[in-house]
Formats: sequence, C-alpha cells, structure tokens
Amino acid sequence: MRLRRMLAIWAAKITEKISVHVFHRQGVTWAGKIALKIYPTILKELAGQVKNDIFIVCGTNGKTTTNNMLCAAIEAEGYKVICNHTGSNMLNGVVAAFALGAGIGGSLKADYACIEVDEASTRRVFPHFKPDYMVLTNLFRDQLDRYGEIDITMNILKEVMQQAPDMKVIVNGDDALSAYLAMDSGNPFVTYGISEKVMDDKDSHEIREGRFCKRCGAQLHYNFYHYSQLGDYACTGCDFKRPEIQFNGSEIEVGDHLAFTVEGRRLQANYKGFYNAYNILAAYSAARTAGLKVEHFNDMLARFNPENGRMEQFMIKDTRIVLNLAKNPAGFNQNISAVMQDETLKDIIIVINDNAQDGTDVSWLWDVDFDRFKEANINSITVSGIRCHDMGLRMKYVDISSMLEPDVGKAICERVENGCGNLYVLVNYTALFSTRNVLKKLEGDR
Amino acid sequence: MDTKDMKITIGHLYPDLLNLYGDRGNIACMMQRCIWRGIEAETIEFNTGDLIDFSKLDIVLLGGGSDREQAIVCHNLLEIQSQFKEYVEDNGVVIAVCGGYQLLGKYYKTDAGMIEGLNLVDIYTEQEEGRLIDNIVLQSDLVKMPVVGFENHGGRTYINDNQPFGKVLYGAGNDGKSGYEGVVYKNVIGTYLHGPLLPKNPQICDYLIQKALERKYGTVELSPLDDSQENMANEYIYHRFVKE
Ligand SMILES: [Zn+2]
Repeated sequence: MRLRRMLAIWAAKITEKISVHVFHRQGVTWAGKIALKIYPTILKELAGQVKNDIFIVCGTNGKTTTNNMLCAAIEAEGYKVICNHTGSNMLNGVVAAFALGAGIGGSLKADYACIEVDEASTRRVFPHFKPDYMVLTNLFRDQLDRYGEIDITMNILKEVMQQAPDMKVIVNGDDALSAYLAMDSGNPFVTYGISEKVMDDKDSHEIREGRFCKRCGAQLHYNFYHYSQLGDYACTGCDFKRPEIQFNGSEIEVGDHLAFTVEGRRLQANYKGFYNAYNILAAYSAARTAGLKVEHFNDMLARFNPENGRMEQFMIKDTRIVLNLAKNPAGFNQNISAVMQDETLKDIIIVINDNAQDGTDVSWLWDVDFDRFKEANINSITVSGIRCHDMGLRMKYVDISSMLEPDVGKAICERVENGCGNLYVLVNYTALFSTRNVLKKLEGDR
Repeated sequence: MDTKDMKITIGHLYPDLLNLYGDRGNIACMMQRCIWRGIEAETIEFNTGDLIDFSKLDIVLLGGGSDREQAIVCHNLLEIQSQFKEYVEDNGVVIAVCGGYQLLGKYYKTDAGMIEGLNLVDIYTEQEEGRLIDNIVLQSDLVKMPVVGFENHGGRTYINDNQPFGKVLYGAGNDGKSGYEGVVYKNVIGTYLHGPLLPKNPQICDYLIQKALERKYGTVELSPLDDSQENMANEYIYHRFVKE
C-alpha cells in the first residue's frame, strides 16, 4: 500500500506543477482530488504522521490570515508545519496540503499542521482525521445561497465538534454565536477577546447577527460593540453571557499600525484594520494553548506578509495600490473602516463578481454601510466586475456617484493614469484572483 | 395637488428579526425615489413588541427572516392581525418579501411545525424538498419592464385564485411548477424576490409609491427620473438569463 500512497503523492505533485500556474487554486484542488482518487486513505495516513498537533481554523472571516499567521508563528519557533496557504479549504484542498507536503518517498515529516477548513466542508474532512485544536474566528452571514442560514452552519460545526470530543476549541469569546457553539458542544475550550471598548459602535446601523440568545431566545444586552455582533453581551433571559476571556487583548492601538498587550506581552503589527487584532489574537492564543512559547511572535509579525489580497500593496507608476478582499457585509464594513483610517485623498475601485464561489446572490451589498464613504476623503469611486451594475445602484441609492467599468484591468489602468496616486481596490472572492493577476502584471511591466 | 407638498410614511416591520438579506435596499429605493421628486419620505421601524398605528402608514414593508425568526415574529403579528387586515382591505400598500410573503398567508407548514400566518391574503405555504435558489426573471402585468431579482426559499406557496405578481421567464417562482411568482391582492404585493427587489425594478417601486399617494391624495402623476443606471442593471439580468 505504501507504493500506492507514493503514487498518489507523485500524481498530486505533478498535477500541481503543471496546472497551478495556469489554473491557480483550481490546480491545488485537482492535485488533492487525484491523490484521493488513487489512494482514498491518503489523508488519514498522512495526517496520522504529524508528530505533534493538528490545528484547523474555521469561521466566516479571517480564516486564511489567521491560519497562515499561526503557521508562521509555529515555523518561527523552528518547527516544520503543513499548511494550506492558498486558502484552498474544501476536502480536496486539505488533501493537497498534506500530499504536496509529503516527501516523494511517501511519508510526511512535519511537527504540526495548520489547516483552514470551510465550515460546510468540515463534515467531509473529519472522517479522515480528528484535529487536536479548532480555532473558531467568528460567525457572520455569508453566502446565504450556499449555506442556507447561519443556523445550518452552526449545526454542522456542532456535529463535527461532537465527533471529536477531545478537540479543544479556541474561540472568539466576543462573538456570542461562536462562544455559544463552543459551550453547547461540550468540547473543552479556551477563549480570546478584547474586553475594553475600542470604538463605540453602538449607534451604527450595521446589520448584526445573533441579537437573540441561542439558548433561550431572549434578547442579548450589549455593554458595547466592537463591530458587527462582536462585543460584550449578556442574555436578558438566562445566564448565558460573554465567557471569561483567557487571552485578553488590552491597550489596543488602531490606526496606521496595530498594537495590543496579551499575557503581558506587547504585540505589534504593521497592518491597518481593527479586525486584524482578532486574527493576531486567534493565532497567538492557538499557539499558546498548544504549549508553544512563541518567543518570536513579534519577529514573525514584522515579517508576515498577509499577501493573497489581504491589504496587499502594489506600486504602479506613481500610484500606491492596496488590494483587499471583502466577501461579506462584516468583512466589507471592516474594510471601509480600514480605508477611512487613511485620511488622505484616494480613489476606490470596488469589484463584485457573482460566480459560484462568491455566492451567486449579491443582495448582501445592501447590508454593507457604503454610505460611510460620504464622509471619507474620496477622489472617485469606480464599480467593476460582473455585477458592477448592482454595485453602481448600491452607491446611487446612498447618493454617491460612481464610474462604471466592467473590466477590472481597464478600471485600474484608467485610475493609474488619471487618479490621485492613492488607490484602494476592494474585491470579492473570485474577483481577487483576476484583479491580483492584473496588478502583478502591471507591476512587472514597469 | 403638487407632489412637492406630499408625504409618504413607510413602516418597516420587525427589522430586528426580518432583515435576512438586503431589505434595506427596498427601503432606500422607496425613500430616494420620493426624495428625488421632492416628496417628503420617512421610514419608521417597528421592532417586535412595538405598537403599530396603521393609520399613520402609507407603505408597509415586511421583510425576510429565517424560519426560526419567522416563528418568533408570527406571535407578534397575531396581536396586530385585525388592524393589519383593516389596512389591507382599505387599500393600504404592502410589499412583503420572501419570509414576509409567506407570513401574508394562512400558514407556513415546515418540518419543524406550523407557523400561523396573518391571513391577509388567501394563500398558504408548505415546505418541500430542496431550496429554490437562483436568479429569477418575471413578466408582470403591473409594469412594462421585466422584473428581475433573486429567490431563495424552501417553502412552496400556493395562491389559489389570486392574481400572481408575474409570469416566470427564468427561475422557479411560487412553487417551481405553476410558472407563476408572487401574489397581488388589492395594493399588496407578495414576492419571493428578496432583498433589493426595488432598485433594479424602479417601475415596481414607482407603482408602490403611486398607489400609496393615490390612496392618500387622489390622482397623482409622478415626475420621471433618470433611470438609465437602473435600466442597465435590469437589462443585464434579463439578457443574461432570458435569451431573446
Ligand atoms: Zn438566554
């Protein structure tokens, strides 16, 4: 059987080599699919060879950043880690991470594995292996046409947690939905969160999930909100409340950079966007919970490049371009906050696609608080992508005018020629890949 | 009477529970298309437990929620049923979307149990195997333009002898079989086209505004707006899903 496993690994490696440059992430998926076809127990066996622990990262937003950061943090301690860096997070992507990480001799030399898993795909992954830890970042509304409703996602996660009763959950305690799920599952769990009020978001009209207690149905009372439904909550009908926080981020600085203190350590990163504090905190808490000292965490943060279109920077002619992914209302609202932290004049391009992986329903655009752009220092807004018309109307009905250019390449070139030199490109899921290719190419042509 | 002296009050029912997907788009559309014409517009949000004075309202929007949230809402609705019924029979304008549409009827039978409806229109809904999820295009007798949107529902709605909102050109509609979508009863429109139905269908939005103003002020002529952006968005969906 070892021969068959080797064959599967070779096939995966070859598939990836020949297809990934042409088909990008699709190539990784195919590599996993072929490996699994040749040798159906490959994932089970390779996962069993991980020396120490397997982490999986789940949750609506921040999976890729948190998972890659956790991987980098563990690598910084000198360990070898298997990781699905590209964010290929369904079963085939998970298989590919292990198969591509294995040696051509058919065995895996790794101390840890950090694997992000799409919530709905956990059901297909857990039969192959049971992780030691699950990081649960948050639960927001996302692609309802694929998952139905948040309740369905919660049911799936509860089911897999109970299949792995020893798996410790590292959960965002500021999210009532995630925290409830961890408590309800019966699994051991530790919490991370931010106990101090950072910005007062109470009067915002942001659409919030989970305003009602999942245990008893009564309304939750919030002392404050960080954003979306994240905050300090307690049920008005039963004793459900924000759990005690083990890894608490305090003395938060947000602006040009991020900094906060946890366990008496000051962590610092060069990113914008308050939501990144949660990603850092999640990665830190996970590594610490597994007993790692993470003495090089700050060095890792200084080197860490979110890449993959997470606040990724480009320079084309004299225009500074920041590319950022936002695929649901909570993510987009956080993106808008991050853009607005830059008070200088800026151009904005918003690219919206409706391919299967994006969710074919773009109604969620109306749940994003785009009206906040009225107060931003904006030179122009261009709407692009397959659903640019919907995005254009979204802006029109908050009295913001926009230019229409379905082709994202043309939209970027036009702004580089005629814009103000400071450009933000906000994209949803599949738009990320095409946009990033355009930017890479333009940067290379220079 | 000049439309400049007119005012419309929109009642948004239970946004604390029924706001599943972009219902704000419908509110924003009705508000702006009044404001752009110089008609004063106001939206009042009623959360569960609030008292509702229907005599102060010109348009009522009932949005979509998950099955669980709908069950919570239905208790509240039964308390206001008789006033709501009176409003509807008095030609009050209602736009009920998705879960709100299901609540207009007698009941919504789900696997988890029976959700009693408002009984405002003689229709009923039953959950059946599989969700109907896709873009959708209709031809409605109410307007000239095709009606475009997105549907996502597990319930199948049966409208008896009532007039449908439109004939399905692409998509599933009420039950995936009849070829029709939604219901029109007096000045009530119920439809599965959820969330931002109105921005891409400005003629439907104006139909609602027109009916609301006529009920309040008599004959009204709405001044035309520049709808080129709306028309482009509508045409894009029409051409993509319905071949000429
Ligand atoms: Zn409770």
